[in-house]
Amino acid sequence: MDLLSQLRGQIADFSAFLHREGFVDDQFTQLQKLRDESSPGFVVEVVSLFFEDCEKLVNNMAKALEQQIVDFKQVDSHVHQLKGSSSSIGAARIHNVCIAFKTCCEDQNRDGCVRCLQQVNHECIQLKNNLQTLFKLEQQIVAAGGSIPAMQ
Amino acid sequence: MAITGDSRSQFHVLAVDDSLIDRKLIERLLKTSSYQVTTVDSGSKALKFLGFQEDEQGNPDTPFGSPNNHQEVEVNLIITDYCMPGMTGYDLLKKVKESSSLRNIPVVIMSSENVPSRITRCLEEGAEEFFLKPVRLSDLNRLKPHMMKTKIKNQKQEEDQEELKISEIQSDEQQQPVQLPSPQPQPESQPQPPPPPPPALLLQHNNNKRKAMEEGLSPDRTRPRYNGIPTMV
Repeated sequence: MDLLSQLRGQIADFSAFLHREGFVDDQFTQLQKLRDESSPGFVVEVVSLFFEDCEKLVNNMAKALEQQIVDFKQVDSHVHQLKGSSSSIGAARIHNVCIAFKTCCEDQNRDGCVRCLQQVNHECIQLKNNLQTLFKLEQQIVAAGGSIPAMQ
Repeated sequence: MAITGDSRSQFHVLAVDDSLIDRKLIERLLKTSSYQVTTVDSGSKALKFLGFQEDEQGNPDTPFGSPNNHQEVEVNLIITDYCMPGMTGYDLLKKVKESSSLRNIPVVIMSSENVPSRITRCLEEGAEEFFLKPVRLSDLNRLKPHMMKTKIKNQKQEEDQEELKISEIQSDEQQQPVQLPSPQPQPESQPQPPPPPPPALLLQHNNNKRKAMEEGLSPDRTRPRYNGIPTMV
């Protein structure tokens, strides 16, 4: 099997895995469909922005939850932002954690919030690693003379 | 009046969202659909872009710089997020619909939350559509009819303006005695030709003038009626 076919097989399997495990959902596929010759770096750009945002929000939430008196409204607004952006890029697992996180904020449940925050952090790291793997595979395909296959 | 389909004429959409990621997304979606896009991150910036200004009393005023009531940049549609700090998408919608110069621009609201009362409120306030986020390409297919409607409406408004001008000029003509053409041997059954219209009008507005004279005056007509206007047979 030539390199290109091998890579294509790898990327197809990996994408299927990401979808199956719920790391990404159909919205991520929609994002990939928007990538074309005029904006080849679109997905990478949006994903990078998302992770930058993610880190910033996680740090802010951590600080807020460390306070003696927790401002749950503020934490909630951060969660709201993260919930929105994760939904926009198709980061399904992160989005789901945010839903639970919001409930903890509404209940003013500090321990619940801290647990959710830890989960968010964990999911962000996992997704970042996974997407980096995906993008690397795509780069290899392009380098081998192929074009990035359309995702299912 | 036929609207020629100029493939180069683009629709310009103003997208408003405080989230950078969502702005990038909507911009890409709109550009993929071949629309011209401007993005801003707040309702107040949107109003500024539209040339909207309130005077000191807080009354909405016509845009600065132009007494002709035109926006500085032509915007064919506004698409805005609902949840934004400061001015919400709903506040922006209200301001646009309350403005005499902006109210014809169709407004679409986007929201990540499916709240039926919110949706109803926005539609009642005059929003054309309400999209749930994340917005998809297929959602944007619903935009074109709203933008086309505005272009057609703007053209009709210009036509109506011309009609009104012509009616006003005719009203002036009625005050003076009708100047008949010099008598010629004609059978009495032949109808008298109408007084010739002022040359300036003839050039551009013949169609509209005929339309104005042939149009039956309906009871709902708000413009004043003129009796005895000769009709072209």
